[in-house]
Amino acid sequence: MNVNSLNWFVAAPEIFLLVMACVVLLGDLYVREGERRLTYALTQISLLCCAVMVLWSESGTRQLAFGGLYVHDALARLLKIGAIVAVVLVLAYSRDYLRARGLWRGEFFVLAMLALLGMFVMISAANFIPFYLGLELLALSQYAMVALQRESKAATEAAMKYFVLGALASGLLLYGLSMLYGATGSLDIKEVAAAISQQHTRQPILVFGVVFVVAGLAFKLGAVPFHMWVPDVYEGAPTAMTMFLASASKFGALAFVYRLLVSGLQPLVPDWQDMLVLLAVLSMVLGNVAAIAQTNIKRMLAYSTIAHMGFLLTGVLAGTSNGYSSSAFYIIVYALMALGGFGIILLLSRAGFEADNLDDLRGLNQRAPWYAFLMLLIMFSLAGIPPTVGFYAKLSVLQAALEVGYLWLVVFAVLMSLIGAFYYLRIVRLMYFEEPRDTAPIVAAGDTRVLLSVNGLAMLVLGILPGPLMAWCVQAVRQSLG
Amino acid sequence: MSILSLNVWVPVIAGLIVLATGGDRNASRARALALLGAIAALLVSVPLYTQFDRAASGMQFVERVPWISTFNIYYYLGVDGISVLFILLNNFMTLLVVIAAWIVIEKKVAQYMAAFLIMAGLVNGAFAALDAILFYVFFESMLIPMYLIIGIWGGPKRVYAAVKFFLYTLLGSLLMLAALIYLYFQADKSFDILQFHQLALPLDAQIWLFFGFLLAFAVKVPMWPVHTWLPDAHTEAPTGGSVILAAITLKIGGYGFLRFTLPIAPDASHHLAGFMIALSLIAVIYIGLVALVQTDMKRLIAYSSISHMGFVTLGTFIFNAHGMQGAIVQMLSHGFVSGALFLCVGVLYDRMHSRNIADYGGVVNTMPIFAAFFMLFAMANSGLPGTSGFVGEFLVVLGSMQVNFWVAVLAATTLIFGAAYTLWMYKRVIFGAVANTHVAALKDLDRREFVVLAVLAAAVLWMGLYPKPVTDILNTSVSDLLQHVTQTKLGLAAR
Repeated sequence: MNVNSLNWFVAAPEIFLLVMACVVLLGDLYVREGERRLTYALTQISLLCCAVMVLWSESGTRQLAFGGLYVHDALARLLKIGAIVAVVLVLAYSRDYLRARGLWRGEFFVLAMLALLGMFVMISAANFIPFYLGLELLALSQYAMVALQRESKAATEAAMKYFVLGALASGLLLYGLSMLYGATGSLDIKEVAAAISQQHTRQPILVFGVVFVVAGLAFKLGAVPFHMWVPDVYEGAPTAMTMFLASASKFGALAFVYRLLVSGLQPLVPDWQDMLVLLAVLSMVLGNVAAIAQTNIKRMLAYSTIAHMGFLLTGVLAGTSNGYSSSAFYIIVYALMALGGFGIILLLSRAGFEADNLDDLRGLNQRAPWYAFLMLLIMFSLAGIPPTVGFYAKLSVLQAALEVGYLWLVVFAVLMSLIGAFYYLRIVRLMYFEEPRDTAPIVAAGDTRVLLSVNGLAMLVLGILPGPLMAWCVQAVRQSLG
Repeated sequence: MSILSLNVWVPVIAGLIVLATGGDRNASRARALALLGAIAALLVSVPLYTQFDRAASGMQFVERVPWISTFNIYYYLGVDGISVLFILLNNFMTLLVVIAAWIVIEKKVAQYMAAFLIMAGLVNGAFAALDAILFYVFFESMLIPMYLIIGIWGGPKRVYAAVKFFLYTLLGSLLMLAALIYLYFQADKSFDILQFHQLALPLDAQIWLFFGFLLAFAVKVPMWPVHTWLPDAHTEAPTGGSVILAAITLKIGGYGFLRFTLPIAPDASHHLAGFMIALSLIAVIYIGLVALVQTDMKRLIAYSSISHMGFVTLGTFIFNAHGMQGAIVQMLSHGFVSGALFLCVGVLYDRMHSRNIADYGGVVNTMPIFAAFFMLFAMANSGLPGTSGFVGEFLVVLGSMQVNFWVAVLAATTLIFGAAYTLWMYKRVIFGAVANTHVAALKDLDRREFVVLAVLAAAVLWMGLYPKPVTDILNTSVSDLLQHVTQTKLGLAAR
C-alpha cells in the first residue's frame, strides 16, 4: 500500500485539527498569563480554518480513505460543521466565566479541540475500530474537561461519576461490537450490514450485540434508564463544560446513531426500534417530570436534555430517511438552544458567583431586557412553541414517527411537551413577572454579546425560515444513508 | 406585498418598531408610534371590505408562496366572507385598545403596546392562513404576547392566571398538531386546508380528528367544561388584555370549528352534534347562573362571555343557515359588547382600583355620561332588540327552533339569565345612593375614554339596527359551507 492510496486528503480537516491542537498545547507554554488571548485567538482561527476546509470538502459522493476505514460524505460534512460551530461558541461564551475562575488555560483549548477531533473521527468512521477510537478520544477529553476545576469538590465528584459510568458504557459498547464481529465476521460497517441482511435466520448473538450497542448509545445520549450521570455531571461541572456536554458532544452521539445503528444495523430496524421506543418514552416522562422539581437551573436543563433526547429518539426510531433527517435537524436546533441557554447563564455568573439557581434569573427583564428577550426566545424554542425553531424540530420528528404509524407515540410526545412547557414557562415567568433580587450589572464583552444575540435571534430567524436548514439535513441524509 | 400580507405584517413590524423605542423615557414616542401602527393596520384592512366580492364563493385575496419545501408547506393566505370580518374586527379593536391604554399603562409602555400590535398581526394571520402549519404557527405564537400581557401588567393573581392560560391552550393545540400531521399524510403530504376539506375519511378517523380539533377549539372558545382558565385570565389581565381576549381570541375557537372541524369531519360533526349541543346548552344555562353570583365585575363579564360563546357553538352545530349566520354575528357582536364592557370596568378600575361590585353604588350621580354608555352595553349584553346582541341570539334561537323545540326553549333562557346578571350588576354599581366617599369623588369620562366608548356604542347600534352589510358578506360563504357540510364524505372513502 503506497502513500497515495491512503487518500489521506479526505481526512485533511482532522489532520489539521490535530496539528493545531499540538501547536496550541506547545505554544501555550510560552504564553504569559495575561497574554492568553493569543492562544485563544489561535484556537478560534484554527477552528474556523477547519470549518472552511470541511465546507469546501468534496462531499457529493462517498469518499473512502485509509483503506476503507474512514469515510467522508454529505452527512459527515453537516455534522462536522455543526460540531465546529458548537465548539467555537462554547469557547467564546465561556471566556469571561473561565477567566474569573482561573480555568482560562491552554489545557481547555486543547481538550476542546481534541474532543472535537474525537467527534470528527466518530462522524467519519467506516469501521468499528476508528469509531471506538473517536468515541474514547471524545470521552476522555470530556472527563478531563469536567475535572479541570481541581479545587472544586463538586466538579471532581462529577468527573469521577462521569468517568466510571462512561467507562462502563464504553465497555458495554465494545462488548456489543465484539458480538457483532463474531456474528458477521467483519469490522467494516458496510460489510456488517451486508452480512446481516444475507442471514436468513437471526442469530441470538446478533440481537445481543444490538442490545449492548443500544445501551452504549443510550448512555452517550443520556436516555433513561442510562441517564443517571446526566444531572450530577451537569450540575457539578463548571458551567462552561456543561455547555460543551449539552451542545457539541451531542453531534458525537448523533454520529453514533448514523454510523452504527443506521449504516451498520439497518437490516435489524425491527429489533432496535422497540428498544428505542422504550428509551424515548421513558426519557420523555422522566426528563420532563423530574425537571419540574428542580431549583438548580443546570440540573433542570439536564433533565430537559434527557427529555429532548427522548424526542430525538422518536425521530430515529422511525427507521426511515425522513426520520434520520428530522433527527439531524433536531440535534442542530437543540445544540443551538443549549448553547444560547447556557450562554445566558454564563453571562449572569461572575467572579465568586455562580448563577445556577432559578432565582438568579428573577427580574432579568428589568436588569437587561435584551438578554431576557433572547432567553425568552430560547425557552419558547425549547418548549417547542412557534414561531421559534424548536417547533419545527418537534414537528419534523413527530411527522416522521407518524409516517410509520406510531400515532400513540406522537400523542404521548405532545402531551409530554405540554409538561415540558411548564418549566420553561417558569423561567420566562421569573424573568418577566418577578422583581429582581440581584442588581449587579451584567457585563459582556462585545464579541460575546454579538454572538449571543445572533444565537438567540437564530431561534426566531430559523423559526420563520426553517426551510434551508431542513433541506440541507434532508439532502445530506438522502445522499449518505438513503 | 398584497393586502393580506400587509394585514399580517404591518402590525407586527409596527410592534417591533415600538419595541425598539426602549425604556419608559421614550414612553410618549412609543405611544405615538403604536397609535400610528394601529391606524395603519386598520387602513390596510379597508380594501378587504371594499374590494371583497360578496357574490363569489371560495377564497379571495389569495397568496401562495412555497415556504418550507421539505414538508410541502406554503405561505398560503386567503379569506372568505367569514374570516374577513374577524380581521376587520381585530384591527378595529386593537386600535381601541391602544387608545384605551394611553395614560393608563405607565410602566413598560413600549413593551405593552408592542405586545398588542404583534398580537394583532398574529391573529390576522391565523384568520387568513390556508395552510395548516401556517395557521398553527399563528395560532400558537399568539400565546406568547398574551402570556406576557397577563403576566406583566395583570392583577394580583396574574402569574397563576398567565400560566394557566398558556398551558390550557397549549394542551388543546398540541393534540390538534397531531391531528394535522395525520391529515398531512392522508392528503398525500400536503398541509393545504382546502385540500383537507375535500379529503374522504372513514367515520372513525373523522371522529378521532373531531376530538383532536375539539379540544383545541373548545379550550379557545371556551366551552364548558374546559372553560376554567377564562375567568382567571380575563379577570387578572389588564383591561386591554381582557378586551383582546374576549373580543378576538375567543373567536378563533369559533372560527376553528367553521374552518376545520365542520368541513374536514362533516360526518363526525353530524354524528356528535347532539353532544356539542348539550355542551353548548350547559354553557348557556349553567354558566349563566354562575355569572349571577359573581361579586367581581370582570369575573361576571368573563362568565357572561362563556355563556354567550355557548350560543356560538350551539348555532354552529345545528347545521342551518340561521344558526350559522347567528353564530358568526354573535361572535362579532360579542366582540364589540364584551370589549366595551371590559373597557367600562377598566374606566371604573382606573379610578377606584377595585373590581368588586360591593365597593360601588350610585356611580350615576358622579358619572352620568359613563352610566349612559354602560347602560347601552349592558342592554346589548342582555340581547335587547336594536342592539347587536339581539341579532345573533335571535338568529340562533330561530335556527334551533327549526331543529328542536326544547333546544330553542333552553337556549332562549339566556335572554332571561343574561338580562338578570347584567342588569343586576348594573343596578348595584350604577344606581342607588352614593356608596362611599370614593364614589363621590369620581370624575366622569375624559375625552379619550368618551371617544373609545362612543365608537363602540355606534358599532353596537349599527349592527343591531342594520346588520345587512355584515350578513351580505357572510351569505355566500355560509351557504357554501353548509352545502359542503351536508355532503357526506363516507361514500368517497372507497378509493
